[in-house]
Amino acid sequence: MARIRTTVDGLVYEDDVEPRMLLVQYLRERLGKTGTVIGCDTSNCGACTVHLDGLSVKSCSVLAVQANGSEVLTVEGLERDGQLHPVQQAFHDNHALQCGYCTPGMIMQSIDLLGDNPDPTEREVREGIEGNLCRCTGYQNIVRAVQDAAQKMKPGAHAAPQAPQSVAGGGA
Amino acid sequence: MTTMDRPVQEIGRDRRRKEDRRLITGRTRWTDNQAITGLLHISIVRSPFAHADIKGIDTSAAKQVPGVVGVYTAADLGADAVQLPCAWPITKDMKAPQRPALAGGRVNFAGEGVAVVVARSAAIAKDAAELIEVDYAELDPVLDMEEALKEGATLVHPELGTNENAQWVFDSGEAGSGGSAAEAIAKAEKADDQVVVRRRFRQQRLVPVFMEPRSTVVDPTGEQLVMWSSTQIPHILKTMLALTLGLPENKVRVIAPDVGGGFGGKIAVAPEEVVTLLVARKLGKPVKWTETRSESLLTAHHGRDQIQDLTVSVTRDGKITGLDVKLIADMGAYLGLVGPGVPILGAFMFNAIYKIPAYRFDCTNVFTTKTLTDAYRGAGRPEATFGIERMMDEVALELGIEPMELRKRNWISHEEFPFTTVSTLTYDTGNYEAATDQAMAMFDYAGLRREQDERRKRGDVKQLGIGISTFTEMCGLAPSRVLGSLDYGAGGWETASIRMLPTGKAEVVVGVSPHGQGHETAFSQIVADKLGIPFDDVEILHGDTQSSYRGLDTYGSRSLAVGGIAMVKAAEKVIEKAKPIAAHMLEASEDDLEFTAGKFGVKGTDKGVGIADVALAVFAAHDYPEGIEPDIDAHATFDPENFSFPHGTHLCAVEVDTETGFVQLHRYVCVDDVGTVINPLIVEGQVHGGLAQGIAQALYEEAPYDESGTLLSGTLVDYTLPSAADLISFDTANTSTPSTTNPLGVKGVGEAGTIASTPAVVNAVLDAVRQYGVADIDMPTTPFRVWTAINSAKGTAGRGDEANVASPGAGLGSNVKDSSVKNQGGAL
Repeated sequence: MARIRTTVDGLVYEDDVEPRMLLVQYLRERLGKTGTVIGCDTSNCGACTVHLDGLSVKSCSVLAVQANGSEVLTVEGLERDGQLHPVQQAFHDNHALQCGYCTPGMIMQSIDLLGDNPDPTEREVREGIEGNLCRCTGYQNIVRAVQDAAQKMKPGAHAAPQAPQSVAGGGA
Repeated sequence: MTTMDRPVQEIGRDRRRKEDRRLITGRTRWTDNQAITGLLHISIVRSPFAHADIKGIDTSAAKQVPGVVGVYTAADLGADAVQLPCAWPITKDMKAPQRPALAGGRVNFAGEGVAVVVARSAAIAKDAAELIEVDYAELDPVLDMEEALKEGATLVHPELGTNENAQWVFDSGEAGSGGSAAEAIAKAEKADDQVVVRRRFRQQRLVPVFMEPRSTVVDPTGEQLVMWSSTQIPHILKTMLALTLGLPENKVRVIAPDVGGGFGGKIAVAPEEVVTLLVARKLGKPVKWTETRSESLLTAHHGRDQIQDLTVSVTRDGKITGLDVKLIADMGAYLGLVGPGVPILGAFMFNAIYKIPAYRFDCTNVFTTKTLTDAYRGAGRPEATFGIERMMDEVALELGIEPMELRKRNWISHEEFPFTTVSTLTYDTGNYEAATDQAMAMFDYAGLRREQDERRKRGDVKQLGIGISTFTEMCGLAPSRVLGSLDYGAGGWETASIRMLPTGKAEVVVGVSPHGQGHETAFSQIVADKLGIPFDDVEILHGDTQSSYRGLDTYGSRSLAVGGIAMVKAAEKVIEKAKPIAAHMLEASEDDLEFTAGKFGVKGTDKGVGIADVALAVFAAHDYPEGIEPDIDAHATFDPENFSFPHGTHLCAVEVDTETGFVQLHRYVCVDDVGTVINPLIVEGQVHGGLAQGIAQALYEEAPYDESGTLLSGTLVDYTLPSAADLISFDTANTSTPSTTNPLGVKGVGEAGTIASTPAVVNAVLDAVRQYGVADIDMPTTPFRVWTAINSAKGTAGRGDEANVASPGAGLGSNVKDSSVKNQGGAL
C-alpha cells in the first residue's frame, strides 16, 4: 500500500492505495466519482479522460500513485455555482450526446483542446478529440458543440462563467 | 380554474433533451456504479480455445487467495444444465444446441466461460481467476461456413448430427405474391432481350461495440430478487429468467438503469447475467459482474456474417424480371435470443423499393465455433439492403445504364402507394422521387460526375467515386400476428400508462427501454401535446419492471412507432375518463364539451376546466358523478397493424488514393423520409450515428478469426471504430410522407442510417477503381484491400500473397483464402 494525497474536484483526499491501482479505479471505487467511466482496457476509448494538473489524461493509463500531490479535475467538478461549464452547455445545446457514456471524457478532452486552441477549425476539433470514441453520434454534433463552446468562451463573449485555471487552462 | 398557457405545439419542436443534464455532469446510474454494502464481485474464467473438451479444472489455488469467497465450475452452480433461451425457432425442425451459462464438458468458442471466481473485490477475483488450471483437449475448430455444411465436416455439436441450424425459404411463386424466380431466370437465360447477373457478396462479421461494457448486479436479499443490468430488454429478460431458471416471475425484478448504448448488442439473456444470478442466490449476497472491453468483444454477440449469392434477371432496357437470393448465415456456436431470425428479416427487404415480379429467398443458417451472432443495428435489413443496392450497381454496369436511372425504372412510383410487394408486405406511404430529387440537388450529383470525369482524364492520384443507395426498411417491430406467422416467441405490441398526479403533473410509464435515444424528451413532447400540459410537467418512467410491469422493450426502431402510439392511446383514455368528471364540474352535458389545449370547454361559452383541475378533483374525490371511479389514470396497449417503412436516398462521394489505397470520405448526403418528425434534433442525431456505423462497416470494421478460431480483433486497438478524424460532416435532410397505419404518422429512424449507408460507400469505392479492372472488394475496404485490388487488376501487385497477412482487415478466417480481393479484369 502506498499513501497518496490528491485534490480531486477541489477537495483534498488522503488514502492508502495498492501501487497497481489505476487512477480511474481510485476515482470510481474509492472516491465514488462514478461520473468518470471505463470504456476499454487499452487506452483507446478515452471515456475515462480527466485533467491531471490541468492537462487531459486517460485515467486508465495513470496509476493512482502518480496522482500523488496532484490536482485532478473530473466532469463532476466542472459546474460552478450550479452553472454548467460552457463546454457542458454546448454539448446540451448541440445535442452532442446520446447514451452519454463517452460524454464525460469527451467534455474533458474538449476543454483541454480549447485550452490549446481557443478557435479550432472543424478538422482541428476532429483531430483534437480523435482519442475519444463515441458510438452514438457520428461525432458531427460533438464537433459542432466544441466549436460553439469556443465562440462562447472567447474573451468578452457573453455568459462565459469564470472558470478556474485548471478548467480553462488546458495545456497552459 | 387553471388557465392553460401553452401556445407552442411540442411535436415537431427541436427540444433540447431532458436526459442531458445528468449525463453531462457525471450524475449517472450505470449498472457498474452500483455499490451495495457487502457487494461481491465475480470474474469469469474463459476458454482460450475455440473447440475443446474440458478434461478437468483445478480450482484449489484460487480458493486459497485471501478475499476469495467461492470458486465454482459449471457443475457447482448447475450452470451447465441451463438452457439459455432462443425465442425465434424459425422452422419447426430447426436444430438448436443446448446453450449453457457455463460450459461443462466442452467449449464451443474461444471466450466461453468455464468457471467463476467470487471475491471481495473485482481485482481479487481477477487475480484468483488467473490461478485456475483448466485441462483442455483441443478439437478441430469449425470456421468456414461452406465447409461446415459439407458431408463429413467436423461438427460443432456432434449431438445435432449436422452444422446446419435451419433452412428458411420464401418463394413468391409458391406464396402467390409473384412469379417463380427460377422460371423467370431460366427464361431470361434463353431470351435475347434479357441478361442474367450473378454476384457473390460477403457481409463481414461485426461487433456492436456499445460504449458501456455490459454489467449486471444481482441482489437476492429482498423478497423480490433484483437484477440491475445493462440491457435493452428488462421485460423480456425478466420473463426469460423466470422461464429459464424456473423462478416464479413474481419474485424477479429487473432494472435497466442508465444504459450506455446497445445497437442490438444488449438484446440478450446473457450467460453472465445468469451466472451472476446463480452465484448471488447460492451465497445469498449481492454480486456484481462487469466485463472488460476484451471480454465484450470476445463474448457479447456479434452481428452480420453472411455469404450472399444473388441472381438478377433483367431486360436490356433495365426492368428486373426476377431475383434469387441464396444466403448462408453464420450463427456462431449457439443460438442467441433472436439470432436465427435475424437473416430472415432480410427476406422481406431484398426486394427493397423495387417492383420485382418474381422472387425467391433461401437462407441456410450454420453453426461454427465462433462467438454467436444476433441482432446488430438493422438486423437482417442492412445485409439485404447491401445485397440489393450493390446488385443494382452491378446490373447498371452490365446494361450500361446510369445507376440512378436503373433504380428509377424499377422503383415503386409515389402514385402506386399503398403497394404490396413481392415479399407480401404492404408499404403504406413513400415518395422515392421526392427524396431522390432533393438528395441529388444537395449532392450536386451532376457536378461531382463532371469532377470525377476530369480527374480520370487527368489521371489524378486521387480518384473520385460516387455511390448510391436508395433504401427502405421495415421497422416498428411488429404486428403480433406477423411475428406469430414467423414462429417468433412473443408479440410485438407495446404498453404505456399515464398516472395523473394531484398537482396536474403526469407520470408516463412506458414499456420501451432507452439507451441513448432520447425517449424522455420525445415522449414528453407527445404526451404534452395530447394532454395539453407543459413539457416539463411530464415525467417518463422506464426500465424498472416494478413500475413498468408490461413491455417488450427497445429494438427494431419500435419505441416511437409502437411505444409512442401506446402513449397516444393512453392519453386518449385519460381524456375519455376525465370527460364525465369535467362535465360534472361544469354542470354541463358531456356532449357539449370539447377538449382542446388541455382544457374541457363548454361549446359556445368561455366556461371550462383544465385536465389538471380534473386530476385534483378525483384526488380530493369529494364530489364526482355516481357510478364512476374517482380516477383518470389510463393504461393502453398498442399492437400495430403494419410495420412502418422509412426510406431514403443516400449519396456518397469518396476519394481513393490510388497509390496507397486509402479511402477518404469526400461528401455524404442523405434525405430520409421517416414520416412525422417528433423532434428534428433527435432524428438528425440518430441519422448521424447510424451513418457512422454503416460507413464503418464499409471502411473500417471487421471481426476476423485466425485458423485456430481465435478472434483477431479482441481489443479496440484491433477492432477499429472510426474516430472523429476518420469521418466528415454529413448533409442530412428529411422529406415526409406520414405513415397511414398509426395516428402520429411516424415511421422509425434508429436504424435507417446504418441500413442505407454501407452500400452507398462501397458502391462509391468501386466506382472510383473499376476503371482499373477491379470488379469487387470485400468489406471493409481497407487501404490494403483497395491497393491490392488496384494493383492485382493492373498486374502490378507485389508478392501476390498479401491477402494472407494475418492482420485485422486482411480477411483471414472469415473469408475463403484469397477471396478477400476479387479481380475479374475485363469482366466489366
